[in-house]
Amino acid sequence: MSAPILTLEGVSKRFVKPLDAASKFANWMGAGYTEQVVHAVDGVDLAVNEGEVVGLVGESGCGKSTLGRVVAGIHKPSAGRVSWRGSFTDEMDAPQRRAATLAIQMIFQDPMSSLNPRLRVTDIVGEAPVVHGLVDKAQQDAYVVEMLERVGLDPSYRRRYPHQFSGGQRARIGIARALAVKPQFLVCDESVAALDVSIQAQVLNLFMKLRDELNLTYLFISHDLSVVRHLSDRVVIMYLGRVVEAAPAAELFKGPQHPYAQALLANVPSIAARKKRFAPLKGEIPSPLHPPPGCHFHPRCPMAGPRCRVERPVLKEIATGHVAACHLHDGGVGLLAA
Amino acid sequence: MAPVLEVANLKTHFFTRAGTVKSVDGVSFHVERGEVLGLVGESGSGKSVTGFSVMGLIDPPGRIVEGSIKLNGKELVGLDEDGFRKVRGREVAMIFQDPMMTLNPVLRIDTQMIEAVTAHDKVSHKAARERARDALAKVGIPSPEERLNAYPHQFSGGMRQRVAIAIALLHRPPLIICDEPTTALDVTIQSQILAEMQSLCAETGTALVWITHDLGVVAGLADRIAVMYAGRIVETGAVDPVLDMPLHPYTSGLLGSLPAEGEPGAPLRQIRGSTPSLARLPQGCAFAPRCDHAQADCLALAPAVTSFPGARGVRCHHPLNLAGVAA
Repeated sequence: MSAPILTLEGVSKRFVKPLDAASKFANWMGAGYTEQVVHAVDGVDLAVNEGEVVGLVGESGCGKSTLGRVVAGIHKPSAGRVSWRGSFTDEMDAPQRRAATLAIQMIFQDPMSSLNPRLRVTDIVGEAPVVHGLVDKAQQDAYVVEMLERVGLDPSYRRRYPHQFSGGQRARIGIARALAVKPQFLVCDESVAALDVSIQAQVLNLFMKLRDELNLTYLFISHDLSVVRHLSDRVVIMYLGRVVEAAPAAELFKGPQHPYAQALLANVPSIAARKKRFAPLKGEIPSPLHPPPGCHFHPRCPMAGPRCRVERPVLKEIATGHVAACHLHDGGVGLLAA
Repeated sequence: MAPVLEVANLKTHFFTRAGTVKSVDGVSFHVERGEVLGLVGESGSGKSVTGFSVMGLIDPPGRIVEGSIKLNGKELVGLDEDGFRKVRGREVAMIFQDPMMTLNPVLRIDTQMIEAVTAHDKVSHKAARERARDALAKVGIPSPEERLNAYPHQFSGGMRQRVAIAIALLHRPPLIICDEPTTALDVTIQSQILAEMQSLCAETGTALVWITHDLGVVAGLADRIAVMYAGRIVETGAVDPVLDMPLHPYTSGLLGSLPAEGEPGAPLRQIRGSTPSLARLPQGCAFAPRCDHAQADCLALAPAVTSFPGARGVRCHHPLNLAGVAA
């Protein structure tokens, strides 16, 4: 693999709810209200190599979608930097930035809220490439036909509106729209989560076919570990805004190191586990408004000690390409079960 | 012992302007005491409508047009609303995917739970409140006494689902119908709820009909499986044989579609096409247009149920893995 095409360095994203006039006035009287800050993403480093599929996994509220949006350029990071093909996005000039924005495209979970219901498919897919001068207006129709065929949709449907399609077909329209501007990098945010198993399998197969044909790089965001395992070369697990473990997919699924990753993997329902006794983690993911101090996972962690409550664990390499942020491995503990 | 629930040739149709939608079209199954039946299917297969039919929750334009639903030997089809009020909550309860379908957002939890208790039992307000508190404690809600005074929006999604489960268990019904109760939850929370259901049902001997699209959950929870496709049960049997040696090509296709089962990176064995519209089902077997094993007779004639030893049944002209059944 070559040098990474996309890197994140210490990227954080905070959402701040500013004080309203009444609270400001109360503060002036000495009430001491503070702004509410959600630390959606908290100091994430990530590098994605060309042609790689990186799976980003975590439960709701862990910041995986926000991170995906930062990568796609929809959110600006509150701290840290994103670089694309070696140059930082905040230092790019306008043409460079436009090229980077086009090169990184996003595919959303719910096609009904990401496709304009009043546009025909031919405009949904064909508008952007014409605007950006990738194809002439005269060739738009032929280009749309090519794109629809590529994602396995019947091109004769291109005069229809999104509501006339099934869920699986809408997912394909979303993919065709992203592909139409000739991206190199796709951010897929729960792109198959809403689909039935048999349709999901079709779309996953399509993702893998496109990767081979177009040499695409994916950041594949999902809460579904079996989907990520199937698709990814490397898996990154997030918990409450931070990366807790990252490793090549096969290695991670064989021997997860972080207690959260272990619990997550143990709790995935599988058809191989019959009449199993469910042995869940205690508690729920805390609110990102008031994250616990130290390691974010310590209130639920069966192995937490006094150090976990005060000190934030850093990502440490425990095997080649395998990092975990847990104090258990900070003393040079090797692989637990390989 | 007689089964808790016996559904025979149930047909629930919806009469819409676009035509008759045969959501449930000749479904028969039974649930034994204390048993967990996994009712599996994709969207539009009729699994939820089957559950609603048992609860008497089918509203116009829908109607049960044929068949029988026997709960503890009592016929439910044709029962009036008063009759159903006596049955719901006491003899059968339902847990929905979205707990906000069970909970009223403008009433406190205690109001709702006390109402559910006194609907069937003539007990004092105080005794009812105590029963509600004990039920909350049982499903693992911390400090149940204070939480009784909370409103549904003050709970997280997982906690709300626990409240819904507590309400379903208030009268210890012999049967609970669970309609995708963990689908909207995170993996670790789903495990908590499944563990809770397992231990509670083992304790009270409650039978479950677990409606889901997730074969993994069913494998971990159920004793028997019924697979639905386009309003019909296409395969039924104990969990192990159905998952290990499926008879119906649809079951086999579903299992092949699961990303966890395939070799990572290898193409998944997908089912082509998409689920047919229930208003315009093809003639013959509803799955035939998507089936790799379909032959001329599949397109002409809808298959009847073929039964095999060990309470297995399949609705297919050319079942797979027949050697496994004969052995």
